[in-house]
Formats: sequence, C-alpha cells, structure tokens
Amino acid sequence: MSKKSFRQAINEALRQEMRRDPTVVLMGEDVAGGQGGSSGVKDAWGGVLGVTKGLLTEFGEHRVLDTPISEASYIGAAAGAAATGLRPVAELMFVDFVGCCLDQIMNQAAKFRYMFGGKARTPLVIRAMYGAGFNAAAQHSQALYPLFTHIPGLKVVVPSSPYEAKGLLIEAIRDDDPVIFLENKVMYDDEEEVPDEAYTIPFGEARLTREGDDVTIVAIGRMVGMANEAADRLAKQGISCTVLDPRTTSPLDEQTILECVEDTGRLVVVDESSPRCNMACDISALVAEHAFGALKAPIRRVVPPHTPVPFSTPLEKLYMPNAEKIEAAVKSVMMQKTPEVA
Amino acid sequence: MQISKETLLRSYRAMRTIRAFEERLHREFATGEIPGFVHLYCGEEASAVGVCSNLTEQDTIASTHRGHGHCIAKGVDVGGMMAEIYGRSTGVCRGKGGSMHIADLSKGMLGANGIVGGGPPLICGAALSHKVLKDNGVAVAFYGDGASNEGTTLESLNLASVWHLPAVFVVEDNGYGEATGSSYACAGTQKDRAAGFGMPYMECDGSDFFAVHDAARDAIDHARSGKGPVMLHVHLERWYGHFEGDSMSYRAPNEVADAKKYRDCLESFRKRAEQDQLLDLSALDDIDVAVADDIESAVKAAKQAPWPEDADLMANVYVKI
Repeated sequence: MSKKSFRQAINEALRQEMRRDPTVVLMGEDVAGGQGGSSGVKDAWGGVLGVTKGLLTEFGEHRVLDTPISEASYIGAAAGAAATGLRPVAELMFVDFVGCCLDQIMNQAAKFRYMFGGKARTPLVIRAMYGAGFNAAAQHSQALYPLFTHIPGLKVVVPSSPYEAKGLLIEAIRDDDPVIFLENKVMYDDEEEVPDEAYTIPFGEARLTREGDDVTIVAIGRMVGMANEAADRLAKQGISCTVLDPRTTSPLDEQTILECVEDTGRLVVVDESSPRCNMACDISALVAEHAFGALKAPIRRVVPPHTPVPFSTPLEKLYMPNAEKIEAAVKSVMMQKTPEVA
Repeated sequence: MQISKETLLRSYRAMRTIRAFEERLHREFATGEIPGFVHLYCGEEASAVGVCSNLTEQDTIASTHRGHGHCIAKGVDVGGMMAEIYGRSTGVCRGKGGSMHIADLSKGMLGANGIVGGGPPLICGAALSHKVLKDNGVAVAFYGDGASNEGTTLESLNLASVWHLPAVFVVEDNGYGEATGSSYACAGTQKDRAAGFGMPYMECDGSDFFAVHDAARDAIDHARSGKGPVMLHVHLERWYGHFEGDSMSYRAPNEVADAKKYRDCLESFRKRAEQDQLLDLSALDDIDVAVADDIESAVKAAKQAPWPEDADLMANVYVKI
C-alpha cells in the first residue's frame, strides 16, 4: 500500500491486467506515446495526460496501439475485437469526442448481446475524461455519463477517488459487457492510499463515505469529494449527513439509495452533468416512486444550469456545483416541513 | 500573376500579427494567467494568410483547434481575440468560447473547433449556402493531417464532389496529429485521397507565402468558377507543441530549430520582397513596430477588461425559448 495518484492508480490497473491476461490490449490517440515522430522516441506521451505512460515499453506495439485521429474506426475496432476474442481498453481522450463515434458504441457494442440472442460477449472498456473545472470550454468539459446510462447494454463507471478508480477499472476489464469508464480530468493528481496488488470493486454496489441521520446526499464522481466536504461542515453545525457514492450509474444500486432515504427522510442529489434527464433526475424519480412516504421534505438537486459549459473562469465557477451549494441545499431541505400527504 | 503591393503589405502585416500574437501568448501562458488549452500556429502563418489573401469577407472559412492564425488572416479583431483568450466579456465570443472556439460569422469565420474533423462537414454546408444563394462565395476548410483521417473529413470530400460544391479543402500538414507522426497515422497520400473523390489536387510549400498564395488562387478560382471542390495540400511545420506545455520529446531536437532557421515564412517573404524589389524593407520594418504595439495594447486591454457578468452564464443558450 502506498500513496498513488488517480493517474497512477489507473496506469497500475491497466499494467496488472495486461500482465495477467494477454488478450487485454490498449488503443487510442497517442496512448502508446505518439509514434512516427522525428526523435524516434515512441513513448513520448502515453496518452494526452500521461495515463498510459510506460505501458508501450512493457507490452510492445502489438498490445499498445496508437491510433490515427479516427474515433469511429478505432472505437468500432475495439468493439469488433471485443466480440472476437480480445479485451480491448480504448481511450477516447475527452468524452466529448463520443460525438465522433457514438454509433459504434450505441448501435453496435451496446446491442450485440441482446440482438444476437445472447450469443455475443463484448468485453470492451472505453476510457474517457469528463468534467468541467479546467477552462476547457464547451467541447472538452461535458459530463456525459447520463447519455451512456440511458443506453441499455452499457455499464457506466464514474470513480470518485484513486482507490476506487483502480478497483473499478480492474473490474471493468474483467467484465464481459461493454463498460464506459469515465475519469474526471481535474482529479488525475488527487492522491490516496492504494493497494499495490490487484483488487476489484463490484459494479452496482454503492459505498457510504459518511453516515448520518438527517439527510442523504447522493453524489457522482468528483462530486463525492465535494459532498464529503459539505457533510463535514454541516456536522459541525449539528446536521448529520449520509453521503452515498453509487460508483456506477449503470447498474445503479437502487436498494442502498432507497434504504438510506428511508433512514434519513431527506435527499439531495449532486450531479455535475447537464440537469435535464441526468442522474439527479433518475435518482430523484427512483426515490419519489419507491420512498415517497419516507420523505420529510422535497428532494433537492445540486446540478449545473441547462447551458453548455462556459470558458471564462468566473462563469465556469458559477456553473459548477461545489461544497457551498451542497451545504445550502442540505440546509434548505432541513428547513422544509414534512409535506402533507393525503 | 503579380500580387498587388497592397495585398503584399496586408499579407505581411497579417503574418507578422499572427507571429507576434502567438509568441506573446506563448510567454503569457507560461505565467499561468491564461486559462484552458492553447494551441499555437507559429511557423504556419503563410498558409492561413496565403489562402485568405485570395478570399473576400463574404467567403467562409472553418478552422481547427489551432485557429488563431486563420482568425487573424480572415480579419477577426485581434483585440477581441486576445480578450476572448483571457475569458473577458469584451472577447469576440464574450468569454464563452476561449481559444478553441473563436468565431466571427460577420467575417466569414465559422469558428476554430475543439473537435478534430469538425470543420470539413460545416464547410460543405457553407459551400451549399454560397451555391444556393448564388453569392459567388467559396467555402474553405482548414484541417490538419490528423483530421484528414477522420471519417467526417473523408465523407465531406465525397459530399463536396457529389454536390459539386464551391469548396476548398486545405490540408495543413505539419507532420503531427497531436504527438503522433503523420508518417505513422496517414495511410496512402493526400493526393490519392483527392483523386479517390474525383477532385483536383494541388500542393505547395507552406513556408513560402508566394507559393501558397498562387496555389490557393488557382484552387479558389477553380471552386469559385463552378468547377467543384479542390484539395490544397500545404506542407508546413509547427514551431511549438501540440498545446502549450507539450515538451515535444517525440520530435528530434533540431527539427524546430531548423524550421525556424531555414524555413521561416516571414524571413523568406522579406528576402523575396527585397530580391524582386517588390516592397521597400523599411515599410515592413514599420509594420513590425506597429504590430508589436497592437499586440501590446491587445494584451493590456484584455487584462484590464471586465469579466463576464453572472447573468451571461445563461445568455444565448437559445435564440428564443
């Protein structure tokens, strides 16, 4: 066990799975490092943010493949390879680039098994960066997990820390279905204790990061850290919160969410994706449908407004959820009276 | 055909402005004051300017993530661009877009683009507008060797030919898609790709303004005269990394130094102007001084400009709700 960054945790998960299973291959733009350059250095980059750095050296060009900037073809190739014996991990770089290759994910990989009467397995992992907070503007900042969650056949993972990232990525690689694995670009340098050995974290099992009696906060990905911060502040003010990290938006651990809301009677959902039809809507609907009687106050969603992500720093700050906004939402549900139920 | 003195002076000024703009951004980015991603166009100036010196304001261009040069060459206001890159309300996109999304439709500049291969399909549409509206305009897609491998680009080459559009596809081939060499990533040749879609192909040395200008003139004349789309392949070199902060260890150490020393488009322009007695060098020196002042003022104004207001966050998501 040692302190590792989010980036190192992912690199280690890839390395250990590639050692264990020779069918695991990586592909993506510059993931090997950028071949064909005049210096002859083949592993200059290791992905645009260095996440796959060093893997080319250990596993070679047959298993760590640089691709042309041709998302439709290589994401589709990863799906095809997955259906025919490999376990590809394809890096889409920014999740926003799914616009260039959605068909191969949505109409091909996600549907093979069902359409083919259960005869196909597509053990594909697509890794991509998501999230605002980097001044990366409208085409490099989206949090598109609801888009993938909407598509039956895909599993969707949104890890909230380095420890989570390693265990969930190994699980994703070993999983026999197509998995979208989303990494928040602001978190790559976050550090925590991460075991050196391989381990898995099962999908569809939420984790409790705080336990409390008054309010349940369900938070996704990077929002979990903000929710913890808000919960710690609120605890000092006498409000105790449960913070729940679903880890995967598909499958979703509905049971644990409902149990927590049954206990606390209040729900705040924190989601950095666009607010219409996002996870906050989905989880709110779940609770409204199945735990309405337990609610002592209306559900509150802490989400960005329905606008593309702005570039300018003050606008982006205004756009993003943060601990202060979560704290205010929790206080507002605490002040609500129990709704009258006929 | 002789290029007019006025065009030459304007083109030199545009190239010098791009160089000074980008060199200044390189320095300013290092201070940490510029947010987000910045991709510099230094070394490639003659391409944007050589092409755009043949265009009118009515003609349309679409650019790339490396878009500052195309914007300046098409006449987008430099002060407004600088303010945009600093995220200020006085920016050409009011601080909403930043470096990768500078656009000014009033200048026929359909936008830099954060999506590789985003521009060529848009240019098919712009060319269709010119054709249907019969305004004699042409549409020009600038895209890199990296984007030449995108399905959107290849489909656009086909569509432009099928629809016989007044479109020019300018492949700015700097040898690298991000960190990956085009020698690795591009199969076949651009020339064969043009032939595959039934369009004429031209190529030129992107460090030579005169070569680009003349080739682009022929390409644009072809498209404007209703003969259909053309591909213009410009060979050039990128002086900085894919983005600011890229250490470029994939490139040989002498590659950029040699490009700067032997293939600087501004130097070659000055040499040619002197040799062929096209212009008085002192006029070019005066431009250099004036441009330096312009950039200084643009940076100063950008740093002092107001940030967007909170209400701007929700402005312009729709024309009307």
